[in-house]
Amino acid sequence: MTETRFTKDHEYVRVDGAVGIVGISDHAQKQLGDVVFVELPAVGVKFAKGDSAAVVESVKAASDVFAPVSGEVVEANGAVDATPGLINEDAMAGGWLFKLRLANPGELASLMSLADYEAFLKTLA
Amino acid sequence: MSESATERTPLYALHVELGARIAPFAGYDMPIQYSSGILAEHLHTRSLAGLFDVSHMGQARLEGGSHAEVAEALERFCPADIKSLAPGRQRYTQFLNAEGGVIDDLMVSRGPAADGELNLVVNASRKAIDFTLLESDLPASVRLIRLEHMALLALQGPAAVAVLHRLAPEGGLAAMPFMAARPVRFGEIAAFISRSGYTGEDGFEISLPADQAEGFARRLLAEPEVAPIGLGARDSLRLEAGLCLYGHELDESIDPIEAGLSWSIQKRRRSEGGFPGAARIQKALAEGPARRRVGLRPDGRAPAREGAEIVDAAGAPIGRVTSGGFGPSVGAPIAMGYVDRANAAPGARLSLIVRAKPLAARVAPLPFHPHAYRRD
Repeated sequence: MTETRFTKDHEYVRVDGAVGIVGISDHAQKQLGDVVFVELPAVGVKFAKGDSAAVVESVKAASDVFAPVSGEVVEANGAVDATPGLINEDAMAGGWLFKLRLANPGELASLMSLADYEAFLKTLA
Repeated sequence: MSESATERTPLYALHVELGARIAPFAGYDMPIQYSSGILAEHLHTRSLAGLFDVSHMGQARLEGGSHAEVAEALERFCPADIKSLAPGRQRYTQFLNAEGGVIDDLMVSRGPAADGELNLVVNASRKAIDFTLLESDLPASVRLIRLEHMALLALQGPAAVAVLHRLAPEGGLAAMPFMAARPVRFGEIAAFISRSGYTGEDGFEISLPADQAEGFARRLLAEPEVAPIGLGARDSLRLEAGLCLYGHELDESIDPIEAGLSWSIQKRRRSEGGFPGAARIQKALAEGPARRRVGLRPDGRAPAREGAEIVDAAGAPIGRVTSGGFGPSVGAPIAMGYVDRANAAPGARLSLIVRAKPLAARVAPLPFHPHAYRRD
């Protein structure tokens, strides 16, 4: 049973058991435009919720990706490192950035459900 | 709700209709990109033809009794040889302050039949300052007329000439040399065009009445080679072409010699002086500037952005990045910045501080992407 939660900074974490897959939302990739470079965290690095964990760079600008929840990096997506445009093509699946072993699954409750996130996006328009 | 302070160009409604992402730039709501995105727009301009709305830029005309009189008046503000500007020609120059720093950079053109009229195109962000400066110090016999009722479009790319020729077959556009300027009629529209631009490609800038601009833009966009291009790609194109952008490579603390613009100061002005900051500029020409604008190529894939510190091989600060990003045609990160003279030669190794870490880079020749201007 997987569950996807979103932050107000447009990260998502898709949780399956003890591990969460982190990426940026489809809305975020559209706002950024063509992604040309990503800087991913090393396996073993521990983040607290809200730490700067990765950088996604478009032609225009560099954007920080914040850890949506606390945890330890267990894998980084080599495919987006080699082909940053994957984030534009498939942000919510193939364009994921890194996987975290959750330190405190209770933090998920503070994040938005898909329905809440979609409602939040409407307030930005 | 307070009213927005930003202005709109005559093409604003068309940008919105075309799906542009709009953002404020130099006091105007401008299209940053359209739906295809900056990468695609950049590559389209390099392969076919891109249409840019640059109506936010400042257009003005200087009028006086003769070319010699108007040229002499303008030469008091800038270091280019305007007196020798031939009919039908355009020249690039800068307004300078008393220390030789750049107040703005601009294009000056003289129509083929003009004797006592010069057309100026200045940066949007500086036009108020420029025009106030000129008006404060022009002789009574020379008038500055702000062309606020005129729009400015740029059509850039290898197909630009074929497209414009199709719209004005009798206009002789194909034979215009690079940096030529003259009036052209597109049906009922009386335009003034120059064969120039700011992308490194062949192309034209087209000045036309604001109320005819949208219709003309629609005619251009109906041609199969033409796509609308936003300011995002305009910036990546000019960066690849190694061209200065005011507020980045140029400001009031930077002189044209260190900016690598000595080519724009013709021989007579170098020897005679008679422009603001002439002493500093003549010294820099004779001795070489202490710092220089250079191209920078990071070794890896990570771009360095404006403001990044540049350090030498020993880690000592030697300058800052003034523009940086990804070059879509180069296929790699590129940047420009200022470094001390000792580190300015192509191939020099240095580092750019990105997110508190040194990013290995080298000084690279400019432009990053070869210019494709029309050559005669």
